[in-house]
Amino acid sequence: MNMTIIISVIAYIILAPIVGGLLAGIDRKISARMQGRVGPSILQPFYDMFKLMEKEAITVNKAQDFYVGCFLFFIIVTGGFFFAGLDLLLVIFTLTLASVFLIVAAFSSNSPYAQIGAERELLQMMAYEPMVLITAAGLYLVTGSFNISDIINPENGMAIKFLPGIFLGFVFILTIKFRKSPFDLSMSHHGHQELVKGLTTEFAGKTMALIEIAHWYENIFLLGIVFLFIANGTVWGAVAAVVVCLVTYFIEILIDNSYARMKWQIAINSSWIVAITLGFINMLVIYFSKFVL
Amino acid sequence: MSYVTKSPWLIHYDGSSCNGCDIEVLACLTPMYDVERFGIINTGNPKHADIFLITGAINEQNKAVVKQIYEQMPEPKVVIAVGICATSGGIFKECYNIMGGTDTVIPVDVYVPGCAARPEAIIDGVVKGLGVLAKKKEAMEKGLPIDTAKGKEKEEA
Repeated sequence: MNMTIIISVIAYIILAPIVGGLLAGIDRKISARMQGRVGPSILQPFYDMFKLMEKEAITVNKAQDFYVGCFLFFIIVTGGFFFAGLDLLLVIFTLTLASVFLIVAAFSSNSPYAQIGAERELLQMMAYEPMVLITAAGLYLVTGSFNISDIINPENGMAIKFLPGIFLGFVFILTIKFRKSPFDLSMSHHGHQELVKGLTTEFAGKTMALIEIAHWYENIFLLGIVFLFIANGTVWGAVAAVVVCLVTYFIEILIDNSYARMKWQIAINSSWIVAITLGFINMLVIYFSKFVL
Repeated sequence: MSYVTKSPWLIHYDGSSCNGCDIEVLACLTPMYDVERFGIINTGNPKHADIFLITGAINEQNKAVVKQIYEQMPEPKVVIAVGICATSGGIFKECYNIMGGTDTVIPVDVYVPGCAARPEAIIDGVVKGLGVLAKKKEAMEKGLPIDTAKGKEKEEA
């Protein structure tokens, strides 16, 4: 048992940036095709990352690099906890801690663009946190445990059977976490847009490369939560879960390419409305069905 | 092999252009030319950029801006003057407020003449710029001073 945990954590640390980078490359290729362009090579995100590593190091202050390093470290720790099968609440709060380090890094640069980006990132966190917590609570109601190793259990079956609303709500806030339009308020993947580059305006060279790598880790971890909804501890369940993860990612790309950016008010209002209607009502139904059945 | 030639990110600044060249620069991003297939991204941020595309002549008011953008870019970096105005001042050369071409303020590596420079010429200029970028990267690795192209043989697209 312990051996499998160690193997899965090491596999995550080694494979997540590779798979995450490839997904980002496929994302750019599919986006280009959707816009009628040829698009860059699938390995382009890796070229970008290696180039950023080669560039001259320019930082506004030393604290900034430290905070970005912490951001990457805690993102890796988040995923590590997740793939070790630990407590889902612990995982979620570690992720929040990581995001806070990124925000502090942006604030420490004192650049107005980075600061507005950081403020927007805080607003985005406010938008997605309720739904993330409802996701954890919903999985607890269905499986009776916050432990990820207990959630993926053949006895419980697929969590999505009982949590369709929470699943849809989580996919909705994934748009914010993946930094896709219409909610890419704080930092957009697409160049030359408003706020210069938002949160990452003052990061150059290696620092920027670390953020890219952290983003790949984060994406894989987030798809891991999607995986939790489908996986039931069997092989075919795992295969189905990976397919659902890929379909979810494709839908996010489609949304990214078909919406313009919206105001932060709409981001908060819509994600809270989704959390209340889809998430909360789903939880109520499960709660009361326990008395009836 | 240097990765800098595989993912050149560029920043575009309009000196005092008539917008003719600017529209052609943007045309490079359209599905017709799609420079992103070479990994080229038009960032709006000097700190992320490798290539500084400048259109239009430099005037007295924006020379400080151009210098600042240039200084904010991390090495290795390349400056490409797009259009005849950025190259030499063009028809605005004699104006009272015009300094002249881009090279009166910052060192230029590649000149792309034309009025307006065609997208094909701009892409050609950027590809020439990649060669310069690779050379600068080599110099950086050897610890040599990065040559700012001053007094060197200029490349013309």
